[in-house]
Amino acid sequence: MTTKRQKVVELENVVVRFAGDSGDGIQLTGALFSEAAAVAGNDFATFPDYPAEIRAPQGTVAGVSGFQIHFGHKEIFTSGDLADVLVAMNPAPLKKNLLWVKKGGTIIVDTETFNEKALEKAGYKSNPLTDGSLSEYNVIKAPISSMTKKSCEDLGLDSKMILKSRNMFALGIMFFVFNREFSSADEYFEKKFKANPLVVESNKRILRAGYNFADTIEALSAITYKVEPAALSKGKYRNITGNVATAWGLLAAAEKSGRKLFLGSYPITPATEILQELSLHKSLGAKVLQAEDEIAGIVSAIGASFAGSFAVTTTSGPGLSLKTEAIGLAVMTELPIVIVDVQRAGPSTGMPTKSEQADLLQALFGRNGEAPCVVIAASSSSNCFYYAFEAAKIAMEHMTPVILLTDGYLANGSEVFKIPNMADLPAITPPIVEAEDPVYRPYLRDPVKLNRSWAIPGTLGLRHRIGGLEKENISGNVSHDPENHQIMCEFRAEKVRRIADYIKPQTLFGEDSGDLLVVSWGGTFGVMIEAVKELQESGKKISLAHFHNIDPLPKNTEEIFGRFRKIIVPELNLGQFVLYLRMNFQKFTFLQYNKIQGLPFMVRELVDKFNEILEEQ
Amino acid sequence: MASDIQDITALTKDDFVSDQMVKWCPGCGDHAILSSFLKVLPELGIRKQDVVVVSGIGCSSRFPYYVKTYGFHGIHGRAAALASGIKISNPNLHVWMITGDGDSLAIGGNHFIHLLRRNIDINVMLFNNKIYGLTKGQYSPTTPAGKRTKTSPQGTIEHPFNVGELAIGAQGTFFARAVDNNPKMMSEIMMEAASHKGTSLIEILQNCVIFFNNVHAEVAAKESKDENQIFLHHGEPMIFGKDRDKGLILRGTSLEVVTIGKNGISEKDILIHDKHQRDTGIHVMLAKMGPPVFPMAFGVIRSVIDFTFESKMEQVIRAEMETNPIKSVDHLLNSGKTWEI
Repeated sequence: MTTKRQKVVELENVVVRFAGDSGDGIQLTGALFSEAAAVAGNDFATFPDYPAEIRAPQGTVAGVSGFQIHFGHKEIFTSGDLADVLVAMNPAPLKKNLLWVKKGGTIIVDTETFNEKALEKAGYKSNPLTDGSLSEYNVIKAPISSMTKKSCEDLGLDSKMILKSRNMFALGIMFFVFNREFSSADEYFEKKFKANPLVVESNKRILRAGYNFADTIEALSAITYKVEPAALSKGKYRNITGNVATAWGLLAAAEKSGRKLFLGSYPITPATEILQELSLHKSLGAKVLQAEDEIAGIVSAIGASFAGSFAVTTTSGPGLSLKTEAIGLAVMTELPIVIVDVQRAGPSTGMPTKSEQADLLQALFGRNGEAPCVVIAASSSSNCFYYAFEAAKIAMEHMTPVILLTDGYLANGSEVFKIPNMADLPAITPPIVEAEDPVYRPYLRDPVKLNRSWAIPGTLGLRHRIGGLEKENISGNVSHDPENHQIMCEFRAEKVRRIADYIKPQTLFGEDSGDLLVVSWGGTFGVMIEAVKELQESGKKISLAHFHNIDPLPKNTEEIFGRFRKIIVPELNLGQFVLYLRMNFQKFTFLQYNKIQGLPFMVRELVDKFNEILEEQ
Repeated sequence: MASDIQDITALTKDDFVSDQMVKWCPGCGDHAILSSFLKVLPELGIRKQDVVVVSGIGCSSRFPYYVKTYGFHGIHGRAAALASGIKISNPNLHVWMITGDGDSLAIGGNHFIHLLRRNIDINVMLFNNKIYGLTKGQYSPTTPAGKRTKTSPQGTIEHPFNVGELAIGAQGTFFARAVDNNPKMMSEIMMEAASHKGTSLIEILQNCVIFFNNVHAEVAAKESKDENQIFLHHGEPMIFGKDRDKGLILRGTSLEVVTIGKNGISEKDILIHDKHQRDTGIHVMLAKMGPPVFPMAFGVIRSVIDFTFESKMEQVIRAEMETNPIKSVDHLLNSGKTWEI
């Protein structure tokens, strides 16, 4: 398309951040840029950064919407620390996002939005484009608004409408800088605006105008960048967010188990998309009840489980608190149910759109009485699919509630996902009782797994009563007998403990032994592995044990811990997993590193911290 | 299946009597309700394995243990949510929910109104004794204003709920009232509730012999019941009294008690009960009546037909299964934007 290009530099990986006012179409710009990365065969991960309010005041820092993508030739684990390129559509997005741009990075701005009023609204005392405050960055000042309008002059569309596509001009610039194809964006316009060919045309023109603009200005055209395809294994891929992956993993489990999916759920940030996604898939038989509250969400699910459905409830921290009593009921009645907690920053309402890992202790211990639950945690947006599936398999095969922990970053972030075949997923075989089974008793247990069996209403010959009152072993009659209570408490605990025999052993990234073992869990996997990898490459004896199975822990956990000189447990809380590990493995010393700012760890800060520990004698 | 049909017609009360010892206090109204229910169950034409009895917490909520069906004794206030999950999950099940004035009107008030609003086909028996029995005598949301209880030693300072008014206000499609000392009335109403498609609510005035004895005496006692009860039947005039000489008329926008044969009132002036009337006005007025000015209304006060949540859901699912191209999770995984490497 162009000939002037002097140099194409190959990059291993790049982080780009788009930012604008909440009405600027930033999420769409990001999505189209991601699709182009997919077409180019890159691996990538993305993260949207929405304002907490739906329509926060235009032009203010509170109303800024962002989208970050990290794409690469190498394997990508996170949406990236600091951005190499920031596209800021207005002053407020620049103000809010400058902190997240690498020194020396490129900033592309629409100069025409940097007027006095907008600067004041954004809280700037002077114009950053002229006051020298951006001297450490490569700032590209583009007259995006007027050039957008100009590109469509002859189409007869009103200029307000044309300006809505300003984001496509910015996308065009980025397409030029990273040598992207127009095809996926064009396809999108053609589909989205099928009814309005003029709008298809205007968007295509604006995209190309941005591309051509970049080509004409030297600061951009002198060097462009290319990120070679990643070494992804052969297969079919798609982009997926953590919440969608969770929903699909649940649907996959329903199909594999032959049980109809029932979801009882109440909308809550950042878990709502799972409820919305499952509502879309009634063609797969999913029944969704948007309940009147969090309690009805889980209790209706327990009812559905009793009636033979694969039952699920989805929520975030405050909702998990409300469901506490009902989780105890599921423990007592030993019915399968999956509780998905998409963690957000707490306590109380906290920071709903920000992420942290501080619901772990609630998941492990937050119930009255001795009420053991299985707790597992996903570690990437795409593996939410597999851990939702595993949660379901454990719940149904062992007749127990399972809490699946994800978090806001995994939930809203997206990743390249290799599409699995349903045939390759393991079978799920719940212990369903046949009609008129002569030996059926409500609390008769499988001798190995210790689960009771699933006798479903409507089946002849199995009528029985269960409930929240303690039950007599085997018969299931109400019992206040002291010894029976001890027996039942121990059975319930041992049943969960024995699940350790059915989960994968803990794996290690790195050597089997060494100076430092990093122990992490849940959504921090991406940054942990990048930090550990970097140190391994510099010759350090450091390994990573990232946990997905929290309760029960994998059986080889203690043995792994014993092979390292030091252990550090970094978490996005004040030290919850580390407390649990200290309780379970008293002979080891666990160092901890905690951050609780509603922000993820940065690879850089982890590398520094691990280095510091490695250097201590 | 032929064997199932035979099975159903041959059912007797004994098929539903559980082997558990009934642990309610001697003289408790719950015994009579249980007895009526056990008589009604075999008459419903439903396979015994299809009946599910669900409850929350409270004296009334021990009920499922005493009926030989599938049963679920839940947690306080949540019976409506539990029953909803069961019925939505399998609409072929015949679900009864047993609850009380504390369970459904206090801690479970939210689930209760939403169950009625959704009109899920569940039969609800709300035992109203106007007191907390299991926790030994605190006032409930239906305790009469001013009543002294353990937690209102100077008398309550709250306005009580009228169950019928609340239920009809929450768009309940079926509301009936019965009293625990009239088994015939209870059986008749239970039968009708069972056949109603949608949430059927029966308020059963139940006597707590320990903590609020004779709570309903004014309308339930032998000496007073004829003058203070009116048993409504659809299509029949609203007549009551020992001599069947009293009736209800509408004067202006209010109900009024009149005597037939006095002041020129004849039987043809008396209101005819129409339980199918969609307008809620007269049903609310009937539900709110009570001594000393009015008799209290018993029988099926409201029974209107509207769609149920679960039937709509089944309909939507069937339509989606027919029209949506995504028929399996493999289809879903491969839908939308994908690419090969």
